[in-house]
Amino acid sequence: MTEPPQQHYLELSENPVQFEHASSVNNVFFDEANKQVFAVRSGGATGVVVKGPDDKSSVAFRMDDKGEVKCIKFSIGNKILAVQRTSKSVDFINFIPDYPHTEFSQECKTKNANVLGFCWTNWNEIVFITDQGIEFYQVFPDKRSLKLLKNQSINVNWYQYCPETAVILLSTTVQGNILQPFAFRNGTMSKMSKFEIELPVIPKPAKLSLSERDIAMATIYGQLYVMYLKHHSRTANSPSAEVVLYHLPREGACKKSHVLKLNTTGKFALNIVDNLVVVHHQSSQTSLIFDINLKEPDCAVNTHQPVLPARSIHPYRMPLAGPAVVPSQPPVPCQLYSSSWSVFQPDIIISASEGYLWYLQVKLHPTVNLLQDKGKLMDFLLRRRDCKMVILSVCSQILEGGVKGSLPVVATVFDKLNQVYKEYLEAEQSYTVAMESGPSRGSAAQKRPVRTQAVIDQSDMYTHVLSSFTERKEVSHKFVIAVLMEYIRSLNQHQITVQHYLYELVIKTLVQHNLFYMLHQFLQYHVLSDSKPLACLLLSLESTYPPAHQLSLDMLKRLSTANDEIVEVLLSKQQVLGALRFIRSVGGHDNVSARKFLDAARQTGDQMLFYTVFRSFQQRNQRLRGSPAFNPGENKPRIWFIFQMKPTIGGLKI
Amino acid sequence: MLMISPRMASAMQEKQYTPSLLSFFIYNPTFGPREGEEEKKILFYHPSDIEKNEKIRNVGLCEAIVQFTRTFCPTKPAKSLHTQKNRQFFFEPEDNFWIVMVVRNPMIEKPNKDGKPPTIEYQEEEILDTVYGAVVRQCYSMYKLFNGTFGRAMEAGGVELLTQKLEKFFYRYLQTLHLQSCDLLDVFGGISFFPLDKMTYLKIQSFVNRVEESLSLIKYTAFLYNDQLIWSGLEQDDMRILYKYLTTSLFPRHSEPELAGRDSPLRPEVAGNLLHYGRFLTGPTNLKDPEAKFRFPKIFVTAEDGYEELHLIVYKAMSAAACFMISASVELTRDFCEQLDGLVGPQLTLLASDICEQFTINRRISGPEKEPQFKFIYFNHMNLAEKSTIHMRKTASVCLTSVHPDLMKILGDINCDFARVDEDEEIIVKAMTDYWVVGKKSDQRELYVILNQKNANLIEVNGMSPPPDDE
Repeated sequence: MTEPPQQHYLELSENPVQFEHASSVNNVFFDEANKQVFAVRSGGATGVVVKGPDDKSSVAFRMDDKGEVKCIKFSIGNKILAVQRTSKSVDFINFIPDYPHTEFSQECKTKNANVLGFCWTNWNEIVFITDQGIEFYQVFPDKRSLKLLKNQSINVNWYQYCPETAVILLSTTVQGNILQPFAFRNGTMSKMSKFEIELPVIPKPAKLSLSERDIAMATIYGQLYVMYLKHHSRTANSPSAEVVLYHLPREGACKKSHVLKLNTTGKFALNIVDNLVVVHHQSSQTSLIFDINLKEPDCAVNTHQPVLPARSIHPYRMPLAGPAVVPSQPPVPCQLYSSSWSVFQPDIIISASEGYLWYLQVKLHPTVNLLQDKGKLMDFLLRRRDCKMVILSVCSQILEGGVKGSLPVVATVFDKLNQVYKEYLEAEQSYTVAMESGPSRGSAAQKRPVRTQAVIDQSDMYTHVLSSFTERKEVSHKFVIAVLMEYIRSLNQHQITVQHYLYELVIKTLVQHNLFYMLHQFLQYHVLSDSKPLACLLLSLESTYPPAHQLSLDMLKRLSTANDEIVEVLLSKQQVLGALRFIRSVGGHDNVSARKFLDAARQTGDQMLFYTVFRSFQQRNQRLRGSPAFNPGENKPRIWFIFQMKPTIGGLKI
Repeated sequence: MLMISPRMASAMQEKQYTPSLLSFFIYNPTFGPREGEEEKKILFYHPSDIEKNEKIRNVGLCEAIVQFTRTFCPTKPAKSLHTQKNRQFFFEPEDNFWIVMVVRNPMIEKPNKDGKPPTIEYQEEEILDTVYGAVVRQCYSMYKLFNGTFGRAMEAGGVELLTQKLEKFFYRYLQTLHLQSCDLLDVFGGISFFPLDKMTYLKIQSFVNRVEESLSLIKYTAFLYNDQLIWSGLEQDDMRILYKYLTTSLFPRHSEPELAGRDSPLRPEVAGNLLHYGRFLTGPTNLKDPEAKFRFPKIFVTAEDGYEELHLIVYKAMSAAACFMISASVELTRDFCEQLDGLVGPQLTLLASDICEQFTINRRISGPEKEPQFKFIYFNHMNLAEKSTIHMRKTASVCLTSVHPDLMKILGDINCDFARVDEDEEIIVKAMTDYWVVGKKSDQRELYVILNQKNANLIEVNGMSPPPDDE
């Protein structure tokens, strides 16, 4: 291989749909709505083989040869087959079991009109597009008849259909550059506002100037766009071709919204993959990708340059024709960007002459080295579908590169990740709140937010990036701490609660390098937020760093839910009076068990101390129960005995 | 424990003299063990104009006292000697090197009738060992910060070099000692921390890390705002003395021109038109000056193997100051300083205004500052955090307190009591003139509160003692 493989960021799907290639006896059709390829042999008499994206949608059948097939499509769910053989009518065959299988036909209503084609908008709803307008029918398979639901007269040059949104776009007027969209939904047809495509040159005299080939419809980031491939023209001052995107909202006017600069001329084809606009350039055999949501600081608003340098699709090898081939025969390279390729929206490439249908795919790993600006790379990756592992590997790469001055880059990357993370957390939060407040309020049922791969949370970061990074010997601890602090800063800046294991990682790193004073300062400014586990961790550091004791106690005190723990810690340090004072100050004196205090006091061997503690509890008992006696369960006679004995022993000593 | 302070009554028309420095000398008995060579022991003597024999006599006396008292407790040599007129403090910072400071006791001059000479009454109990003992130790620490240990000078150039260094350093340093205003804070030698919210603190962290990453020569960084510490990359003990130097010497020297609005012009940077207020407090005053010298003070800090010599670059923008420390083995160039100025100046300016803004917001939230009913000093031995509402802003010359020296003395006395035992303790003292003084020690923390409430009783006083936060 001449080129390093990681250079190709586009590839053809590994398991293409294979069909019998087009020939003089075999006509091939493609239905964009069901993504089915029809191989029609001899007008259907010797068989029609339908191959869909999966086996379920693949069908084979025969039909009578009633003339050359111009167009053939199943309704949604393979219920009814529609075949156009003449320019006046469309024939239908039921594929619903138990329904009569005899063909029935429907002529277009408009006199002298030619049917340009048809589109299924539902399992039983179909639209005929004629050169004089559109006709919207409902099909009754049981009655073998159609009912006209609605029609509209308009001169049509050509049409395009976007099955995802059920929008038909008609090219009207002499020049063809006034586009009229119609939207279909559940038996209704609505006319959307028409718009004009700006032509590079106005021809004189007027003639059809906007070709069907230069227009495509697709949904990008959930919005419907009409893409216009604007070729360069010598007369207008456009040195190279560009793709102009018109945003087509459900309601309201269509607006020119984005311009993609191709910086070259020639023959192009468009695909949409993972919300990226892919522009194939035939003469250079390369493709460009554009992300319309990626802001370009150097360009005017909404003018985009390619995200990455032009690269060809990853070389593809296919086994020699047909399944009957000898297994040992090596696969042959497929000719990419062949003139026999047909490109369909959103991501389909068909080679009719070879009998292949591929889905175009974006590979994210190769993009990592092609995009030097890591901030931009993150913006790009965060919008892709399968981005998680790539993003995490980019993070590791940045951290392990050890390039000087990478901290600002690290900060930018963290901020971008946490922005997405925070948005998800907020959506989740508001969903929870909405659910708790009940369905009564907020009539529109709120959908649970979808967690996309772009949501990189703290545990992802910890598991895949930070824990292994902090283990690396060759990275200076200064840099490790700086990175961890940067991540904590970024989380804080986005008001995300930092997980305990990140603090633990910071503490571990600091302790390993004896940077106790740094740790101390972080705690002093509450950078490491208070928690019981953290306090316990500090307590365990006391033997190596004595002040950790105070830090830990302070933290427990601030938590205000850890009074028992504080008493235990103080008693374990034989600070019995301190423990007693503390429990009094928080009002827990009345309920506390006297025994552990007395035990601790006894262990000190200080008789005065024991006496003081003992008296203190006696007084408490007096106050609570009117008697200095202890409750039987609370105080074992053993302690009584010891106390009784002690003064005597002490007295003897003196 | 309750004590009633006996003092505070003072007679009229009396003349009061505060404690003052009588002499300060450093000697090493091993340098002149034979008779007739005694002068060789003396490494430094202030005042220098004293007659040689008297110097020798005084040094000999100290030596004798130390030797004599050693017989009683070999591990703890004598720390001070009380006499009617003065008090002497002994400190042996390094083996056989002794620093002695002699302080004249405060005194009252009472005029006599009939033209007789006035009677002088020495108040020998008025000054505290802990305070002046701390002052002597501080003298040594400060010397060590800028020169390293005595032993280091000895190794490098023998007695000659050491005496030179001592002369050079202490000649100026002793003039800045203001013994009359030394108090409890000198005992603590604490650090005042700037209160800050977590987010702004993290921003400062981020700034420090970025600067250290891009200017990898920088070994340690310290960050201060309003003369209060926010971040120290140095170890605690080194920071303690550096903080002392910055806040009592370097910053006050530079504060006056700042207040007057001079010397800190908004400099339009050539590249990128970035405006910033950054400037060097040590090293070159004006980077543009072709004659500018790129020499910075050198300091010594503890390192894993003894000592480490560093350049001290102090760079300030508005109220934010960053100290960058770079190994002294590296020669600092104009290039580096310009790079630092270009990188740090704009960021530090931005941070300074961020901190200022945050600080104002916080203050607004906590409400307008009311005159508090009490004054306090707080100290945490663990992190050296110190807070005082008794002391006014420190200036180069004096450290002003807002309470009577007698009350400060009581605080010092309580502190001595605390030092004697490890246990937590609380001491309440009723002073004259309606003042109550409360001292509280809990684990590593000490809090001293002075209440001025008429007719307050013990129970009321006992009830109030809010421990402030460390920051």
